[in-house]
Amino acid sequence: MELRKNYFADERKDDLHEIGQSRPRSDAPGHVTGKTAYFADRTFPGLLHLKMVRSPHHHARIKGIDTSEALKHPGVVRVLTAKDIPHNLYTILILIQVGPEDEYVLAEDKVRWKGEAVVAVVAETERAAQEAVDKVKVDYEVLPAVFDMEEALKPGAPLVNEFHPGNFYLYDSGDHRKVRFGDIEKGFAEADHVLEQTYASSPIEQAPTETTGCVVMPEGNDRFTCHTNTQAMFFTLDNTSIILQMPGHKLHMVGGTVGGGFGGKVDVIVEPIAILAARLTGRPVSFIYGRYEEMQISSPRAAEKIIIKDGVMKDGRIVARKVTGYTDAGAYSRHSPYGAQKGAAHYPGPYTVPNVWIDTYCVYTNRTPSSAMRGFGVTIADFALEVQMDKLARLIGMDPLEFRFVNAYRDGDMKAHRQPTTGAALIECMQEASRAANWPVAEKYLQMSSYKGG
Amino acid sequence: MGVAREEKRMAKVPIQFVLNGDEKAEFVESGSTLLKVLREKLGDTSPKGGCHQGTCGTCSVLVDGELRLSCLTLAETCEGASVTTTAGLAEGGVLHPLQRAFQEGFATQCGFCTPGMIMAAKALLDRVPNPTREEVVDAISGNICRCTGYEPIIRAILSAARSNSHHAA
Repeated sequence: MELRKNYFADERKDDLHEIGQSRPRSDAPGHVTGKTAYFADRTFPGLLHLKMVRSPHHHARIKGIDTSEALKHPGVVRVLTAKDIPHNLYTILILIQVGPEDEYVLAEDKVRWKGEAVVAVVAETERAAQEAVDKVKVDYEVLPAVFDMEEALKPGAPLVNEFHPGNFYLYDSGDHRKVRFGDIEKGFAEADHVLEQTYASSPIEQAPTETTGCVVMPEGNDRFTCHTNTQAMFFTLDNTSIILQMPGHKLHMVGGTVGGGFGGKVDVIVEPIAILAARLTGRPVSFIYGRYEEMQISSPRAAEKIIIKDGVMKDGRIVARKVTGYTDAGAYSRHSPYGAQKGAAHYPGPYTVPNVWIDTYCVYTNRTPSSAMRGFGVTIADFALEVQMDKLARLIGMDPLEFRFVNAYRDGDMKAHRQPTTGAALIECMQEASRAANWPVAEKYLQMSSYKGG
Repeated sequence: MGVAREEKRMAKVPIQFVLNGDEKAEFVESGSTLLKVLREKLGDTSPKGGCHQGTCGTCSVLVDGELRLSCLTLAETCEGASVTTTAGLAEGGVLHPLQRAFQEGFATQCGFCTPGMIMAAKALLDRVPNPTREEVVDAISGNICRCTGYEPIIRAILSAARSNSHHAA
């Protein structure tokens, strides 16, 4: 590794001890010897296994649930339905004021996506639990479903989630998050060219090699130790506490090494129901997703649709940027209202544009609830923005890297959401990228700096 | 209670094999996988269950020197065999060259694929002490690393092969 010390030399003391040095990873010895303990590496005598009955429909009313045959199945210890859950309605970010509670631990009157949990079966073996799952009878009345975000926002669309009338997340700013900066129409009127393009992405599964799960041990005195591979220990603790109506000191969450997460283990899905099962049976319980559940049930990155309209001058300056972004939350909020909001703050990208208009919507559809994944809210935004930058450069016949130098934000520039730019290093990164990739740019760009006036 | 007891009385079969040099004997439910027996009966949790359908390679072990997916191997078929897992590679606290190379070469991230990856690499090096890059890539093609650290893994295996041949020389 090479440290380029010519950049920002006056801001640096050069007394770094770690950066630029190769240091051994503290967890590597455990990994290479197989000694690292993942949550599922704990086994307890008398361990029970939990398997879930899931909705085969995208949208349906539940007319009746019959668990009698499942209860008779050899090895079955307990069957749980919505009425067993002390506080069945929740939403993950409730304690950081992203409400309302809009999702059921186990479905009550309706299912809103294919795969939604309806009944939990707890048995002596995984096999017995799975066999009994197949014996639970749920009587459904199938309802019309909506899978397209713009269709979902139209009047008369099927209502996905009764807590979100109109199928959008209601921010304190209304049905969308907005950023307004300068005069967008004036910007378009001045522009030499205007280019509007639409970008779309599919949901993306995080696909960790270790599936989502937890193993719960009752400790007596109504206390429970939950070995979990959550990436969000405190969301898990506070949501479990709310759902089970139990004080936090009775819930001992034990995390540790996660066998890959990528955002896929930020939701609180397996722990509350497994702890409840341990509480009701008095025995240790494991609830571990199979590979199918990991791929089909765990929340993926949200599908997005992004419409970017730019006004650009022949000399390369972007003078107006209007973005309309749609984030597909699926049937429930989870982390997607936050993701859509993050997108609004992220546009117009690392560029200084004098006239900006951003609207981002978080939309409900009858698809698998989406949630966190690696930079959610901005990753797809960046894909759209950077493809748009290349198209704009082509449109005016400019080198795409030089085009980015012209528009790069620099210290002191006011961003569209009214945060002044500080500590920018985009110019310097692009100068270095130009050299490393052997993509030459004109000398005047190599003389630029992120410093104000540079 | 009657049904639960009946479940517990499921027929058990005796099985005996050598695990990492130690004689092991257990009664297991007929149809148990080697993965389940290693992890739950014998306490060797170094092989991991990533998919339980033979596609991810995290459960890879050696049975009589052959690379096997322990999630698809019935424990009963290992009667009398010699089973090797990553937990048994270090000798007297000294890491196997593959373990050392993975550790030093940053060839582990979340670590979940690592034990299976190391066993796949060992199966290769036992057979081909000085493999080409292509042979290494082919040998680990059944092992998924979702942290996408394949390049450091390939380099680590090649480096272990080189250090092995130095020892031999």
